[in-house]
Amino acid sequence: MKADTVTSQIPPDTRTRNKKPASGGRFWRSFKNQKYLWMMSIPFVIWAFIFSYLPLWGWTMAFQKYKPARGFFEQEWVGFEHFKTLFSDSQFLLALRNTLAMSGMGLVAGLIFPITFAILLNEVRLGFFKRFAQTVSYLPHFVSWVVAAGIVTKMLSGENGIVNDILLGIGFIDAPIQFMAQGHLFWGIVTLSDIWKETGWNAIIYLAAIAGIGPELYEAARVDGASRLRQVWHITLPGIRPTITVLLIMSIGNLLNIGFEKQFLLGNNLVTDYSQVLDLYSLKYGLGMARYSYGTAINIFNSVISVILLFTINGIFKRTTKESLL
Amino acid sequence: MGESAITRKSWSDRIFDFFVYFVILFVVVITIYPFLNVLAISLNDSVDSVRGGVTIYPRQFTWDNYLKIFTFSGLITGFKISALRTVVGTLFGLISASMLAFTISRPDFAGRKFVSTFLAMTMYISGGMIPIYMLIKDLHMMNSFAVYVLPGLVSAFNVFVIRSFIDGLPYALQESAKLDGANDFTIYFRVILPLMKPALATIALFLAVGQWNAWLDTYLYNGSSPNLTTLQFELMKVLQTTTSGNGGDYRSNIASLASNQVSPESLKMAITIVVTVPILLVYPFIQKYFVKGMTLGAVKS
Repeated sequence: MKADTVTSQIPPDTRTRNKKPASGGRFWRSFKNQKYLWMMSIPFVIWAFIFSYLPLWGWTMAFQKYKPARGFFEQEWVGFEHFKTLFSDSQFLLALRNTLAMSGMGLVAGLIFPITFAILLNEVRLGFFKRFAQTVSYLPHFVSWVVAAGIVTKMLSGENGIVNDILLGIGFIDAPIQFMAQGHLFWGIVTLSDIWKETGWNAIIYLAAIAGIGPELYEAARVDGASRLRQVWHITLPGIRPTITVLLIMSIGNLLNIGFEKQFLLGNNLVTDYSQVLDLYSLKYGLGMARYSYGTAINIFNSVISVILLFTINGIFKRTTKESLL
Repeated sequence: MGESAITRKSWSDRIFDFFVYFVILFVVVITIYPFLNVLAISLNDSVDSVRGGVTIYPRQFTWDNYLKIFTFSGLITGFKISALRTVVGTLFGLISASMLAFTISRPDFAGRKFVSTFLAMTMYISGGMIPIYMLIKDLHMMNSFAVYVLPGLVSAFNVFVIRSFIDGLPYALQESAKLDGANDFTIYFRVILPLMKPALATIALFLAVGQWNAWLDTYLYNGSSPNLTTLQFELMKVLQTTTSGNGGDYRSNIASLASNQVSPESLKMAITIVVTVPILLVYPFIQKYFVKGMTLGAVKS
């Protein structure tokens, strides 16, 4: 073996200095040399196996009539039965519609608002105002959705809510609107809450990308007499295009993974037809009613669609532009 | 003359400037108003608040709402548990992410490729809510404090952010430490950790915010253990009581609080402030690091 030849080439006096003679192969020796590195990583590899990989084993539940009391080999296998039930359930289709609607709206808003905000903030010339505005803008990111949902409900409230107060004040409406009780407003409320909470924070990445654009480009444009608006259009926007593309691909891949925090916290019994999303549906019908197999089938549907979306979008972008994520 | 041609503003640029400042100011007002309003109501006499019209300053100042909510036992426990999980979760999260980042940053580490691939995969695959729930149940982690720390211990994203930071440090530092007889563990503690303060501060902020703001794990796993519920969960129950009419026992809880002329609205606002202020106090200290840290993470991943 190569390792042995190396050892034999070492003069005898140096070899005796090694307390333990080489035992086993090269791997074992390097393992010993790097035992601290292994000790620092192995526990977390085991951790990742348990908490990230082991749940995948739970996917088998979706193809069984899972009963918690039984062992794995005693479960009754039912094939795709749960998936068939899923696709014929109108509640599921409603949840799918709501998920796609809210994530689609969130995707568009999550792209337009942070980019616009970053570009505008970049045009602010007063240093202290710029810093102040930026600091204020990411304040809401740090509060939980519980707090944010409470604030949104308060602001939109029919009693002393600021939005209704303003609308009444300017004579736009005669009676307060019960925003939180109207299903058709729910998607918009979720999207606007998201914009309020995350625009400033998400703008950080675009601000960093803008900062990376060479100042000589703006200098040249100024000499050519380009207006500020034209500079934004011809320099800033193209400059941050790679960043936009990567973030767009990432968010499309997560289209179905919008979770249910916002919908759970902002929703109520009056608006379920619009607030029910896939994860909430799996929580309610899977966990709530102890139909674990059925709930798992929903989770699988979610993951599979997400992966397909991610690869499709990535492929499209790879072909049309040079930027891609994977 | 050449200079004036550059600095002189055309009309279109002036309109553009006006538009920029107008929009930014609008964003600032919309962002900050709700917070000031909630603070004002929490500090305003509750009976007076019901009349409406309290905007950004209390009309009849009082500490009563705060004194009232601290008699509510769930809040004190919630505060303790939230603080504990934030400290413990952040600490363990930092140790695990930085150790892993250190090992996979070492070009000579034989397990480097395996460990980093194994980790990277966790970013794309997830068993989903119900398989994870069943796993937690099978591991007997329901109704335990461990469920707040263990399942989310390692975040691959954080590991890769820290790793790209370590890659930016000169490797010669580690080599010279090795020549001085330091083992890899000592290098991690003595050489790498002290140099990583900016990256660690950023990740600590992410972890702390995540821990402090979490409520879903309490809802799923610890909801029936009154001594393990968090502040966010308590606030969630209080807020959900009056908005959607579920959670009957909390309705009576709030009702008993609301007797003695205290409106639930003011109490809710006071609790909201108690839940919000601690995390907002943390971020000015770490603010100078996180823009850099965020950008780094976004570019590399």
